[in-house]
Amino acid sequence: MLMREVEYARPSSLEEALRILGSNDGARALAGGQTLINVMKARAASPDILVDLAALTELTAVSTGSGGLELGAMVTYAQLASSSEVEVTRPILGEVAAMIADVQVRNRGTIGGNICSNDPTNHLPPLLVALDAAMTIVGSDGERTVTAEDFFLGVYMTAVATGELLTKVTVPPPGGAGDAFAALTVGADGTCIVSAAASVTSGAARIVIGCVSATPVRATEMEAKLGGDFGEASVREAAKGLGAQLDPPGDVHASADYRRHLAEVMAVRAVLQAAERVRS
Amino acid sequence: MPPETAKTISVEINGELYEREVDARRLLVHFIRDDLGLTGTHIGCDTGNCGACTIQFDGLAIKSCMMLAVQADGAKLGTVEGLAGDGALTPLQQSFSDHHALQCGYCTPGMLMSASYLLEQNPHPTEEEIRKALQGNICRCTGYVNIVEAVKAVGEAR
Repeated sequence: MLMREVEYARPSSLEEALRILGSNDGARALAGGQTLINVMKARAASPDILVDLAALTELTAVSTGSGGLELGAMVTYAQLASSSEVEVTRPILGEVAAMIADVQVRNRGTIGGNICSNDPTNHLPPLLVALDAAMTIVGSDGERTVTAEDFFLGVYMTAVATGELLTKVTVPPPGGAGDAFAALTVGADGTCIVSAAASVTSGAARIVIGCVSATPVRATEMEAKLGGDFGEASVREAAKGLGAQLDPPGDVHASADYRRHLAEVMAVRAVLQAAERVRS
Repeated sequence: MPPETAKTISVEINGELYEREVDARRLLVHFIRDDLGLTGTHIGCDTGNCGACTIQFDGLAIKSCMMLAVQADGAKLGTVEGLAGDGALTPLQQSFSDHHALQCGYCTPGMLMSASYLLEQNPHPTEEEIRKALQGNICRCTGYVNIVEAVKAVGEAR
């Protein structure tokens, strides 16, 4: 046996899921399990109760409403990559989802699991901050909405408190924005070393760097320097100094200095590609 | 149902129904191999990297070392034993043999499950599509060239 003993439930309603999650501090939501099961095998996590969300079909829907694209927390990467609604509204989500791990993982891994685990090397946290997404969190006191910028609190920590559940991610309509994502990874689709996500409109850009801190980092100074000028020379100029403001970790894949350098390179690539997509 | 540390589950594998009591902490791959004796599904790395444990879960290719057996309650699974269920090799299996697409053979069940899943979705895959589809399966012997050729030949022969 690899895992510590654990209790398992597969509730058939959101209310029942919340009741079990609220009944024990050691209860954890189980989505696709592509992170959680592995950390349980390594005993890096030992929840007392697993609350499997698989029967909550209302969390698997992709829909478009007035608020934009609504993605249930149990929507898988494979679903994001093949959804026509994603394709016509914010195609970057499908593009990035198709880059995550491999076919088998994409068939099980979910958007909710990805962002609730908030591993700093995950692609979706910086992307969702760049897209100005909003997260809907449900608890015994009702529902609340948290912006992506306020959602990520630390390594493996988010605004979802004990007893609560992330149910939905809402991505605003593009409004003419061009979105792009650039990353250097170990191998084609392996662990991320540094990533950058950008969402550009004709007048402004949102630029977010991943893998350089516990949470995604907004490149606000670069955004301000850019204004609405997305010519290549201006973008390169605006990125200068971004790395010096960061305090990234150094590890076996890249030193802290190299990550600072990469942050500028990835930010330039993401902004230029996003600007290209605004024009086209 | 209140949370339980063990549960009786019912799973259909390769068309046959199995009902067993399992601990909630038991991995699906251990259930398939050790409880049911279907040892075609291999365990290579136990960390979700190698893909030797790939099976089909309700029609989707997944890694059975990254799921609990209790999560499969009520599901329809397909394992490598189901490919040649009637005794005759499938065209994909025959092509693996013809193209010498295996050396030690340890990764082969996972490769076959991923490749058969690909061919279901995309009957005539290109080399690039095959390589992308097999990204979650590691082979330490072949260098992949013959595996890719074996899958490609099945698509071309259709």
